[in-house]
Amino acid sequence: MIGLVSIITAGLTVAIGTVAPALAEGRAVAQALAAIAQQPDEAAILTRSLFVGLAMIESTAIYCFVVSMILIFANPFWNHFAAVTGQ
Amino acid sequence: MNISPDQIVLFESGFIRISATLVFTWLIMALLVLLARRITRRVIHDAVLPPWQNLLEVLVEGIQGQIRDVTRQDPAPYLPFIGTLFIFIAASNLLAIIPGFEPPTGSLSTTTALALCVFIAVPLYGIQRRGWQAYLKNYVEPTPVMLPLNIIGELSRTLALAVRLYGNVMSGAVVGAILLIITPLFFPVLMHALELLTGLIQAYIFAILATVYLAAATAAHEDSPPPPTPLPTKGTRSINEH
Repeated sequence: MIGLVSIITAGLTVAIGTVAPALAEGRAVAQALAAIAQQPDEAAILTRSLFVGLAMIESTAIYCFVVSMILIFANPFWNHFAAVTGQ
Repeated sequence: MNISPDQIVLFESGFIRISATLVFTWLIMALLVLLARRITRRVIHDAVLPPWQNLLEVLVEGIQGQIRDVTRQDPAPYLPFIGTLFIFIAASNLLAIIPGFEPPTGSLSTTTALALCVFIAVPLYGIQRRGWQAYLKNYVEPTPVMLPLNIIGELSRTLALAVRLYGNVMSGAVVGAILLIITPLFFPVLMHALELLTGLIQAYIFAILATVYLAAATAAHEDSPPPPTPLPTKGTRSINEH
C-alpha cells in the first residue's frame, strides 16, 4: 500500500513538477535567443546570465526529481509501517 | 540500487566507516594536488609553454576573468576559493566517465559540505571587506521588516546550492542506469556524453553562484569611498595558489 502510494505520488511529482520549469526554460531561452539575435556582441554576457538563470529554473525540477527518488528508493516511512504491520 | 555512494561501505571498524564517497574525494584531492605541484614545480616564462602549464594558465585566467566580470572587483582574494570549488567539482564530475568511479558530488554529504563552505565564506569575506557593522546592516537593508526574510534566504540558497548539484549528478547516474535497462548499448552512451556537459555546466554554475553571493556580501555601496587598490597584476603568481 505504501509502495503503491509512493510510486503514484512520485510519478505525479515528476509529471507535474517538470511542466512549469519546462515552460519557464523555453521562455527564457526564447528571450535570450532574441536578445542575442539583436545584439550579437553581447553574446558572452547573455549566455552566462542564461546559464545561471536556467540552472535556477531547473533546480525546481531537480527538487521534484529528488523528492520522487526519495519516495521510491529511500522512503522514510517504509521501515516504520513495516514495523507497525509486523512484517 | 544505490542513489548515493555513501551507501557503498568499503571498510568499517567501530564507528569509523570508510565509504566510497570518502575514498573518491581523497583520490581527487590527491590527484589535483599532485598535478598542481608537478606542473608548477618549474614555471617557465618563454614563448612556448609546456602544455600542462598552458592549460593551467588558461584555466586560472578564465576563472579570473569570470570573477572580475561578475563582481567588478579585483579577483585576487576570491580566486583561491572559487577556483578550488570549480576545479574540484569539475574534476569529480568529469572523472565519472571512468568505469567504477563514483563521483563524490553525487552524494548529498559532499555537496552539503561544499555549500556550507560557501555559507561560511560569504560572511567571512563580507566582514573582512566591509567590517562588522556594514555587513550586518546588509540584513536590515531596505527595512528591518526584511530581516527574517534575508536570513531565510541565506539558509535556503545554501540548501538549494547543495540539492541542485546533488540532484544533477545523481539524476545523470540514475537516468543512465534506467536507460541501460530499457535500451542497452547506444542510448546510454549519448546520455553519458550529455551528462559530461551537465557536470561541467553544474561546476560552472556552482562557482558562479558562489561568486554572486560573495559579490553581494562584499559589494561596496555608492556612498562609500572606492577601494584605493590599483589592481595589481597577479598573472604569474596566482598559478601557484591552488
